[in-house]
Amino acid sequence: MREEEIAREDLVMFINACFACTGQKEFYSDAGNQRVSIDFLHEYILGNYRLVYARSLAVGINHFNQAQIILKLLATGKNILSENKEEEGALIAAAIEQLPPQRAWKLLEQLKKRRINNRRSRAIAREYINKRKNINFQAVKYRSKVRTIATHCHLKLNGELGDFLFSGWDKKVYETEIFEKFRQAHYSVEALYKLPYTVAEGLATKHKIPRQIFLSRIESQMSLAEKLRLQKTAERTDKVEIALNWERLPLTKLALYILSLPVKKRYENWHIFQEALLKSARNIVLKSPLKLGKVAAVLDCSYSSSGSSEKRRRPLGVALAAHYLLKIAAIEYKSFWTGKIEEPLLVTARGQTDLATPLLNALLWEPDLIVIISDAWDNDPPGGAAEVLRVYRTKLDPTNKISIVHCNPVFDTDNYTLRSISPIVPTVGLRDAEDLPTMLTFARFAEGSANLKELEDYLASRVETMLSKYRKKT
Amino acid sequence: MNKKPPLITKISLKGLELAPSQVWGSIRLVPLLRSHQNKKLRLFRRTYDEDITIVHVKKNIDYISYIPHSLVLSWNNNEAPQVACGSQLVTDSKSLNLGCCKGGMLNRIAKKQSPNQLRFLPLHLAMEGFLSIYFSGPKVAWSEYPKRVFSQGLNPRSEFSYSGSSISGLEDALRVFEIHENQVGILVFVAEALASAFIVPNSEDYRALHTSLLQDFYGELIYYYGMLHNTHYPMDLSVDEASINSLKELKEAIGHMRQDWADFQGFMADSLLGREIQSQPIQKTGLFSLQRFITDLDPHKINHIGEAIVSNTGELEYLKTYRLSANQTRRIYLLSQLAKHDWNLDITATELNISRIELIRRLERVGFGFLLKESVRHEAK
Repeated sequence: MREEEIAREDLVMFINACFACTGQKEFYSDAGNQRVSIDFLHEYILGNYRLVYARSLAVGINHFNQAQIILKLLATGKNILSENKEEEGALIAAAIEQLPPQRAWKLLEQLKKRRINNRRSRAIAREYINKRKNINFQAVKYRSKVRTIATHCHLKLNGELGDFLFSGWDKKVYETEIFEKFRQAHYSVEALYKLPYTVAEGLATKHKIPRQIFLSRIESQMSLAEKLRLQKTAERTDKVEIALNWERLPLTKLALYILSLPVKKRYENWHIFQEALLKSARNIVLKSPLKLGKVAAVLDCSYSSSGSSEKRRRPLGVALAAHYLLKIAAIEYKSFWTGKIEEPLLVTARGQTDLATPLLNALLWEPDLIVIISDAWDNDPPGGAAEVLRVYRTKLDPTNKISIVHCNPVFDTDNYTLRSISPIVPTVGLRDAEDLPTMLTFARFAEGSANLKELEDYLASRVETMLSKYRKKT
Repeated sequence: MNKKPPLITKISLKGLELAPSQVWGSIRLVPLLRSHQNKKLRLFRRTYDEDITIVHVKKNIDYISYIPHSLVLSWNNNEAPQVACGSQLVTDSKSLNLGCCKGGMLNRIAKKQSPNQLRFLPLHLAMEGFLSIYFSGPKVAWSEYPKRVFSQGLNPRSEFSYSGSSISGLEDALRVFEIHENQVGILVFVAEALASAFIVPNSEDYRALHTSLLQDFYGELIYYYGMLHNTHYPMDLSVDEASINSLKELKEAIGHMRQDWADFQGFMADSLLGREIQSQPIQKTGLFSLQRFITDLDPHKINHIGEAIVSNTGELEYLKTYRLSANQTRRIYLLSQLAKHDWNLDITATELNISRIELIRRLERVGFGFLLKESVRHEAK
């Protein structure tokens, strides 16, 4: 019994961490600590619960951790039980297929760096390359990575791809258009503007094209994420404006983009932003139905929610995005911020963390569900919210009339887990507000009201859905 | 009618509130809040990049130290818009090329630079006051002292301290500290020992000066405490659920919890707060007075030196303190005892209940051996 309990705690800790941690710098800890800490967790779970480790690929954890899991599984193929072989292989293939291309190529490149070379890893790489419909485009964009993988796995490449990757400029003319453009761009400035932005950028330096001219002409070749990334650069550069179709951004990214703008601009475009956020939230609810009754959100906008230089305002962005998502999903909704916030759209990360006051106000409002989004560094007074929760649960509401869930966007490296406000309420990891529906279901495992068996069943059902979707696709 | 700003005899936090502390490693930072802020007084920082600065204090007396910044206080009686923090590009330091390093020259530790602007060197003001106590040396030509002491006093009198950036953990603690909306000051504890108190007139200035704490200097003890300890005492308060029957009562209980934190932290800082101090006026205007102070120098207690700006209502508008290390206290205590007995070694020794030889040894130990003739120093060997 005790063993089961420990196993459940371990798995919940791991999956929670996989939702929040990205190995990047956080407000309270640096990138090195984050990586060491999460790496230890991976090794520990891989060593003790291999099947569940592989299955966690299907829960919807973030891309960084998916890549870590795939790498670690491929590196230790020897230890797998024969009856799980097929499932694990399918899970890896399905997961890598879902990763964004830059993540997937980086992962495959890591195979060489970590000297992983076995039949399965080669098959995975081969399958990944064969399945790419736009492999020529990707070969141009991720040239060095594709080449590394091709040599590492001894892949036979079709058409001109092999020539393009290996024979340098011996070949005078390519028949494939994008390869030919790439070749030409080494000699001609015009051809350069037909290439993907990241490739053209390097060649622009070679041709000594002024930054200003380059940016304004390459705009059509940029992806949405690249346009988003270059907004500040465009502001700095004279006469360059990169039009960003920000309405297309997913909810959390949109919230982060809006938070990156000065308060004055947010105030002026209040209506437009408000509509865009609500629309984005509606789309999520349509995709993964979330129906809630009377909901209160306790949202942290203290200084620590400003994140770090690598994750700028991430905790605050998650809180803002969740605010709009809950607003759409709930019949009745009210938000309670840690600071004095009149308009959530104009929020800035400032001031101390006083979770007790908004939590008390939320309790007074008597909702069915309270969602707390905070990094749990409660300091005014320290442990105030924990006391509120303890007294409330033990004395004022022993029947659990109001359910309370704490979502933490930050992984605490020292304890290999998410910092919790109080052991009384479940804590779950949350990196994107889009995961909120998943996390609300997952909360019952974190709380301990569901046992190990139920958790395993839950994982198995998620695996089933993921694999059937993958099979349908291929 | 304007009252004259009084000389302070006690450090009291009138008009200020303590808020619960924030801890990071062994550093505990206690925010001080002020609801009625004085917008007439503005404080901003002027930075210098000289490696060493010579400050001309008065005729024939110079103060030499590494001085990274000064504070400029500006005040205005006609409520005209005030300068924004740190936006002034003036410097008043003259540069010297010393070959090995860059030197600077400043005139006076606290200097009025225009009718409504005062530049002073934070903590150096207090330190200079500390160094200059009994600086003139013996008045009576006792045979134990060499001629040099009568002509030059304690020259050269020196103390050493550590910069804030060398105190382990302080930089991170200041970085992750969440500044309150009304915050005007802070108490810095290292391993639960009060290292410094810092108060400014208003919260905007505090935000700008928060990181300047890293460039101030701290005593030797604080440096070692920072190095030896990497955690703080666990402190936790809880609510007694037996007396709580509704959310409203719970809300009150949390309010009490906050107050208990404040009271306890006030108690932790009792080596400074409410302690008798001797102060010395430096500058006075109709609005405020700048003064420096030193606690009673009891060698068995913790002693602080510091400087303060007091408004005519008696409220602290500015405060910065430095905790003396035990050695520094002992040094000044011995000097005070000697001065009290006209620098007569025998009488001082009898009053201190020790032998003359022991007194000479003590002087030698704290680094004042150079004040005595070689023959006298030889007695104690």
